Amino acid sequence: MTVPRVAALVVVLALAALPAVLSSYAVTVFIFIFFYAYLGQAWNLLGGYAGQLSAGHAAFVGLGAYTAAMLSMTLGLTPWVGMFVGGALAAALGALIAYLGFRFGLRGFYFVLLTVAFAEIGRIVALNTDAVGGALGLYITFTGNPRQFQFQDNRAYYYVALVMMLAATALVAALERRRFGEYLKAIREDENACEALGVDTFRYKLLAMVLSSFLTGVGGTFYAYYLFSLQPNAVFGIPLSVEIMIRPIVGGAGTALGPVLGSFILSPLGELSRVYLSQGAWSGLHLIVYGVLLIVVVLFFPQGAYPTLLKLGGSMSRSSPKPPHRI
Amino acid sequence: MDLTLVGQGLLSGVLFGGVYSLMAVGLTLIFGVMRVVNFAHGDMMVWGMYLAWMLATRAGIDPYVGFPVCAAVLFTLGWAVQRGLVHRIVDAPHEMQILLMLGVALVLENAALVAFGPDPQRVRSPLTASTLWLGPLFVDVGRLVTFGVALALTGALWVFLGHTDLGRRIRAASDNPYGALVIGTDVGRVYAIAFGIGAACVGAAGALVSPILPFQPAGGLSLSVASFNIVIIGGMGSLLGAFVGGLLVSVAESLGAVFLAPSMKELVSFSLLIVILLLRPAGLFGRRAA
Amino acid sequence: MSPPLLEVSGLAKRFGGLQAVAGLSFAMADGEMLGLIGPNGAGKTTVFNLLSGFLTPDAGTVRFRGESVAGLKPHAICRRGLARTFQIVRPFPHLSVLANVRVGALGRHPDAREADARARAVVARVGLDGKRDAPAGSLTLADRKRLELARALATEPTLLLLDEVMAGLSGPETADMVRLVSGINADGVSVLLIEHNMRAVMTLSHRLVVVSFGEKIAEGPPARVANDPRVIEAYLGEDYVHPAPA
Repeated sequence: MTVPRVAALVVVLALAALPAVLSSYAVTVFIFIFFYAYLGQAWNLLGGYAGQLSAGHAAFVGLGAYTAAMLSMTLGLTPWVGMFVGGALAAALGALIAYLGFRFGLRGFYFVLLTVAFAEIGRIVALNTDAVGGALGLYITFTGNPRQFQFQDNRAYYYVALVMMLAATALVAALERRRFGEYLKAIREDENACEALGVDTFRYKLLAMVLSSFLTGVGGTFYAYYLFSLQPNAVFGIPLSVEIMIRPIVGGAGTALGPVLGSFILSPLGELSRVYLSQGAWSGLHLIVYGVLLIVVVLFFPQGAYPTLLKLGGSMSRSSPKPPHRI
Repeated sequence: MDLTLVGQGLLSGVLFGGVYSLMAVGLTLIFGVMRVVNFAHGDMMVWGMYLAWMLATRAGIDPYVGFPVCAAVLFTLGWAVQRGLVHRIVDAPHEMQILLMLGVALVLENAALVAFGPDPQRVRSPLTASTLWLGPLFVDVGRLVTFGVALALTGALWVFLGHTDLGRRIRAASDNPYGALVIGTDVGRVYAIAFGIGAACVGAAGALVSPILPFQPAGGLSLSVASFNIVIIGGMGSLLGAFVGGLLVSVAESLGAVFLAPSMKELVSFSLLIVILLLRPAGLFGRRAA
Repeated sequence: MSPPLLEVSGLAKRFGGLQAVAGLSFAMADGEMLGLIGPNGAGKTTVFNLLSGFLTPDAGTVRFRGESVAGLKPHAICRRGLARTFQIVRPFPHLSVLANVRVGALGRHPDAREADARARAVVARVGLDGKRDAPAGSLTLADRKRLELARALATEPTLLLLDEVMAGLSGPETADMVRLVSGINADGVSVLLIEHNMRAVMTLSHRLVVVSFGEKIAEGPPARVANDPRVIEAYLGEDYVHPAPA
């Protein structure tokens, strides 16, 4: 076993053992770290590797969350199945957005706008549809029944979130080495050059989006059954989209460890401000910090934390990781 | 169908169009010169509104008098953003610029949230309380004045760009930065001024709108979207396109409000944006992908 | 007599008021090295763009290996065996040289390990072995040109379109490139090259097609074309030297 693999195993084992020594509050913080790392990793496929920035990924969280919740509430369908239905619907939405965007040649800023528009439409529709709770939102009754994706013990959520994060990261790391990942990275660099080399850039960008949105939609179910309340402004809103995208960007977009590192850096911060959120005067403060962070990262660490650390550590990476885009 | 209602909507749309045009012209200037999309455009306008509010509530200055101050403050902000931030990444890939301006938008919007709270505000101005009758239609004087001032400002900008040395240098820099350098233009300075003017436009627009509509920090995004809508539709590379587009979009939205429920107004706005994005003419924002 | 590898007939393309390509017709046989020359602005790169799918012709046909390819997307044309390089090289700057070439190789070898092996072979072939792991953005121009060539070569084309692959190279670098291209052709890859370096293109080409203002004005073996008064008149290029027999 190579050194990195041993190190990874040690870290995983450590994380698995942690709940035994952590307070319940600390477990909660870690749940956020893992969950947002998962969402960030899903975003990373499209925004990091393929280089197509999306500022509307909350749309997929919202769609997945509401789908699973509604299916459970109206049809009694267990969220363990509902999450895949939600994921599939999110993937369909993602396919639509990607198809429209890429077919009509939307790149860069235009594509970002398109994603924002869809997320906002989702939010407004949810706000105005009484069948899904309208402005009040959906409240899920707590039963603590694992069959309904609910757990009495916080630690169960910890492990679910941990598994999600690890699975997503492993998936991305695996894809990175295969044709899919190589093509995405090349598409991010120069789409036309890719076309000239036989790469169907439309197809691969679409695939990246579908996978990304599917995973994000599945994450929506976790969101619903961890927080037990779905508010359109929260679950479809831009702040959530920002939470999702800022972790990979800060941590290193287009790298498998970037979203994880970014989440470990940022989630404690987010959690700290969540404590203050109940005091309305400070709500929004952590978004200011996020804004400043984005600016700082763009100006001084465009590649993100992980590649910067690699450079500092003096290790030689085979292909240098990069900022989310290049001409 | 009540024609008076439609006529009212039309009039309202035209009057508000002056503000939209001013916003769009500001955005066009920023993009046209620097090819930077100002994601924070709407949030800057919100700050213009809050500045007017502060002037009105703390210093008793009516927004129709105080808007130059708002414009000046926003000019400084825009200038600083360009000089301090955007200028550093002028050669960076577009995605970096998007993220940068997104960061600026986040800071601006949430600073307003922290400073002023989330609840909608409004500014009281004696002008908005009085109304005029134009035939069967009525209009409040405030809107009329807003329209007039917005028009005047746009006209002044037009003259500035067309007939002053600095204005010409700005246009030169937007056409051809290297050429502009050759003729001795301090392109960096020109960029900063252009950004400043663009921000000043929305600063003034915000002040002019503050007595007419309620505003809140979260409203920045919708205003940005409205600006993008206008510029993408009408921005055929010209400020004239932005100006005309402003009137068109405003009338369309206004008529839409006549026929649709108010909650749907934002929905229409975003749907319109999607349609425009897909069908947009190549133009100022153009350079369709191969 | 086997059908021509490439058959271009009546190809035309207009941009607004400019007729960039006007009724161009020529053919290439399998294994040939054809030089496409002409003064600047003659429409040569436009022809490449039309052949490789980056532009759609207004009129005319392009038959590659007997199949019409006009209007196909670039990646589809590449899959059929027609690869191209760009006049202004477009490396993937943040990827390593090897990773760059792998992108080309993955087309015919979807398995990552196989593609890697094939890519290594191509990288060695063009002489970039020592810089395999260097980020492409750090290469010199000459090396970037080799990389551009290697990437296209990795797609295992039947026909390779080279757009001014010698431009900007020094004397020795050009000689190396000539040897490389000649070797590629000897290996069985047909080559259509746009070139302003007259010595190089005369040395390499079996035949020349001369284009001016979007039209073909001459065609034939280099020696004959070089002496064609119409060609001389149209402008043969500042590097022109009477080619010595090969």
